[in-house]
Amino acid sequence: MTAFRSLSRAMFRGFVRDRTALVFTILIPLLFLLLFGSIYKSTSAPKVSVIEVGRVPLLDQAVAGSHGQLGKVMSITRGASLAAALEDVRKGTDNAVVLQQGSTLVVRYSIADQVTSGVVQAVFASIVQQANQAATGRPPAYQLTVAQVEDKSLKPIQYLAPGLLGWAIASGATFGAAITLVSWRENKLLRRLRLSPVSTVSVVTARIGVSLAVALVQLAAFLLIATTPFFGLKLTASWWMAIPVVIVGTLAFMSFGLVAGAIAKTQQAATAIANLVILPMAFLGGAFIPLDFAPAWIRQISYLMPLRYLVTGMQNVMARGEGPVSAVPAIAVLLAITAVLTLIAARVFRWDNI
Amino acid sequence: MAGVAATISARDLRKSYGTVKAVDGVTLEVQQGEFFGILGPNGAGKTTTLEIIEGLREADAGQVSVLGLPVWPRNPALLPRIGVQLQASSFFERLTAREQLETFASLYGVPARRADVMLATVGLEEQAATRTEKLSGGQAQRLSIACALVHDPEVVFLDEPTGALDPQARRNLWDLLRQISAEGRTVVLTTHHMDEAETLCDRVAIMDHGVILEEGPPAALVRQLDQPLRVSVESGQLPDDDARALAARAGAPPDSVTDDGVSLTIATREPAAVLSGLADRHALAGLRVSGATLEDVFLNLTGREYRA
Repeated sequence: MTAFRSLSRAMFRGFVRDRTALVFTILIPLLFLLLFGSIYKSTSAPKVSVIEVGRVPLLDQAVAGSHGQLGKVMSITRGASLAAALEDVRKGTDNAVVLQQGSTLVVRYSIADQVTSGVVQAVFASIVQQANQAATGRPPAYQLTVAQVEDKSLKPIQYLAPGLLGWAIASGATFGAAITLVSWRENKLLRRLRLSPVSTVSVVTARIGVSLAVALVQLAAFLLIATTPFFGLKLTASWWMAIPVVIVGTLAFMSFGLVAGAIAKTQQAATAIANLVILPMAFLGGAFIPLDFAPAWIRQISYLMPLRYLVTGMQNVMARGEGPVSAVPAIAVLLAITAVLTLIAARVFRWDNI
Repeated sequence: MAGVAATISARDLRKSYGTVKAVDGVTLEVQQGEFFGILGPNGAGKTTTLEIIEGLREADAGQVSVLGLPVWPRNPALLPRIGVQLQASSFFERLTAREQLETFASLYGVPARRADVMLATVGLEEQAATRTEKLSGGQAQRLSIACALVHDPEVVFLDEPTGALDPQARRNLWDLLRQISAEGRTVVLTTHHMDEAETLCDRVAIMDHGVILEEGPPAALVRQLDQPLRVSVESGQLPDDDARALAARAGAPPDSVTDDGVSLTIATREPAAVLSGLADRHALAGLRVSGATLEDVFLNLTGREYRA
């Protein structure tokens, strides 16, 4: 067996047998997807809760005649006294109080939340409107038909998935390279290898190969799970262009890891340096906070974050439905970053700590 | 001349770190098949000397050749012919003992089945499937030596191989080291265990402050020290006056006789006279005769003050 192959195998085994690393590179990103996904999902329209005080025949008729439609936007409870019901609205437990005085429907509501107060007004306006129309005894002059249009705007999962995947790949590559370099220097394996006839190129390419394999496994596992109906990621036509983006992204962050590993003397220091760069980048580079929703200053800063190019490059081709060429600028930037960081890493590289 | 050239030849090696002269003019030669020890207290410069000879560090001045080849810059023609053990934990993470050996074997283009031969050589067959993190100190040390020998090198360098081992593990490792040497290899080791150097090495160099203070076979160095022998027997077998008279007849001064209540000890350069005198008086119970050791040579050369 060639030195290159057995080195690759040794490093890959070392990675696969490291449960903590496996959890961090594969499982944590999926957990984050679940977490962030549920945060962004909860923005659907809220139900309005209404307290009915006394008898309100108008409302009862409307509920009966809506065939359950009204129940979807409104939940109705009965209140004993007006004062108690109003107190509940003030506290925010319920959104409105309704009572009927003869032919007048009285609605008292809170404007603490403008969306729900708008819904309250619109619902009761339409109930009164329909009752009036029915009272005329004539069929309505105008009809309303509604049909749903397919929603083309990006669902949260579409920008969350590339963002979190980008973050996972970036941290996997950075920590992998940095920790390997420091621990091999600490236990003198680096110098032991130097005293064997194996070439430095073999050692470095074996490490790159293992990192790329890990990144592609991350990509595959993440996409397999994110596209299940539960998460609902819809891959667009040119998604395969995400593969070269992931490859150059891995190279870029590996070379950053090599710089961190060369500067740091201990594994703790290497972890700290890598975290110092990766964590802010996760927030400012579009991984945790989608750039479409980020404040303008974050969007501007994001151009300085290498992670931005990994995330947006993947997003364009796998979630936005843009053509394969749309990933090319990101690939070019990531390659340039790799070149610069590799040069720096080669200059600061040390065989031992003395 | 090639036939008689030393296996290892270092001439006037110098290496400074800032103002510290770690190695300050070291010259040594090791012959083919020799077991050579570099001794010295911590910080004496022995590891730096070894690393320069291995080709890990560039000397500021001086020449080194191993097997007639230059060691610096990194010499791929030489590397397959030398075996190096740097530290017990210089392993790939989370591999088993056999996998470590297979990986190191492949670095030298040696077939993987050699791993099992090496496991048997160092007595680790039962630990073949154990991850290196779970090996005991002595087992890890033996595996580390196996990794250094996997490609059957002509010259072996061992840096403090028994560093943190308990006495049993040390003696166990000595047997392995003797075996390596008996196979005809040239072995160089650094240590600060004098007993180890005395029992293993054909020749030692005692270093301190970056220079070699004394060099030669351990027994010769001890003899050179010319210390009196210490003859001791159980206390109470003969009166002190008798003991002093006996010492005087053997040419030893009165203060060479000490009695701590447990043993009566006479330091002498003529042990025959003392021993026959004790025998005449039937006072040989608990007899012990001890001479100087390499440790005495070492302490005599490097001083007794404690160094962190």
